[in-house]
Amino acid sequence: MKFAVLVFPGLTCDLDMYHAIEETVKQDVEYVWHTEADQLDQFDAVLLPTGTSYGNYLRPGALAKSSPACKQLQAFAESGKLVLGVGNGFHILVEAGILPGGFLRNQSLKFRSARETVRVENNNTAFTKDYTQGQVLTLPVANEFGNYYADEQTVEELKNNNQIVFTYANENTDGSTEAIAGITNKRGNVLGMMPLPERAVEEIIGGTDGTALFQSIMNNRGEQHVN
Amino acid sequence: MTNVTIYVTLRESVVDPQGIATTEALQKMGYEEVKSVRVGKLIELQLDGSEETIEARVNEMCNDLLINKVIEDYRFEIGEVVSK
Repeated sequence: MKFAVLVFPGLTCDLDMYHAIEETVKQDVEYVWHTEADQLDQFDAVLLPTGTSYGNYLRPGALAKSSPACKQLQAFAESGKLVLGVGNGFHILVEAGILPGGFLRNQSLKFRSARETVRVENNNTAFTKDYTQGQVLTLPVANEFGNYYADEQTVEELKNNNQIVFTYANENTDGSTEAIAGITNKRGNVLGMMPLPERAVEEIIGGTDGTALFQSIMNNRGEQHVN
Repeated sequence: MTNVTIYVTLRESVVDPQGIATTEALQKMGYEEVKSVRVGKLIELQLDGSEETIEARVNEMCNDLLINKVIEDYRFEIGEVVSK
């Protein structure tokens, strides 16, 4: 299986994502710079790391739309292959219209770097099959715009399609709608999440609760939705 | 060239954490008459183009990039034509 870590300017945690693939599933992984993404279809999965793409100017993730890689990413997602966006990568997926919703500044008005307890709300996705339903994970978060927002109608749709994959289990500190921490698209082949699984793949750096996510991708890449 | 001023505000249904913090700050400073603050942003464009097309083009820009309609509302004013 071949992974691409798609890097837009200002995404700074590409190395963490690359390392997580090497560490957990030990598969081929390559960095793809956003101006060189015309061969994206040769990969089996695209990973969008976190960071501060385009300085978070205008709105986090918004200016990635100006890159040709945005259309290439949309086409890749439509092909049904797997796409994972974490942190600012989740912002990009939302701003590109691949996932629904929007992001607001954290309720605390602070940049928050912490560990969160996260509940697996749907383990029947290609990203979460190696977790158990309802399992509570400890995963790092690091963001200023982690406050996910969706209107009532969107929340209804997300619930009806089982697209809410992760929620904050104890405290919804950032103020996200319905305590949402991660969602998929309708088809189930694109996951966006604010917690950072790639920073939780080694005991020595404080936990391995992210490992099963990458193993799930590896084990279930052929499968999609999910209901 | 024409000046266009776009006012961006958070939608009514969206909680504005900055606005709430600013409301509380003003009240603490003695401005007790302040009941609500909403913080938005202002975008100024200078652009070429005929008067007939500007409105449609600016709406297009707002939908394409400048606004996320899930969280934001906008309105804009088309100002004086300025000489180059």
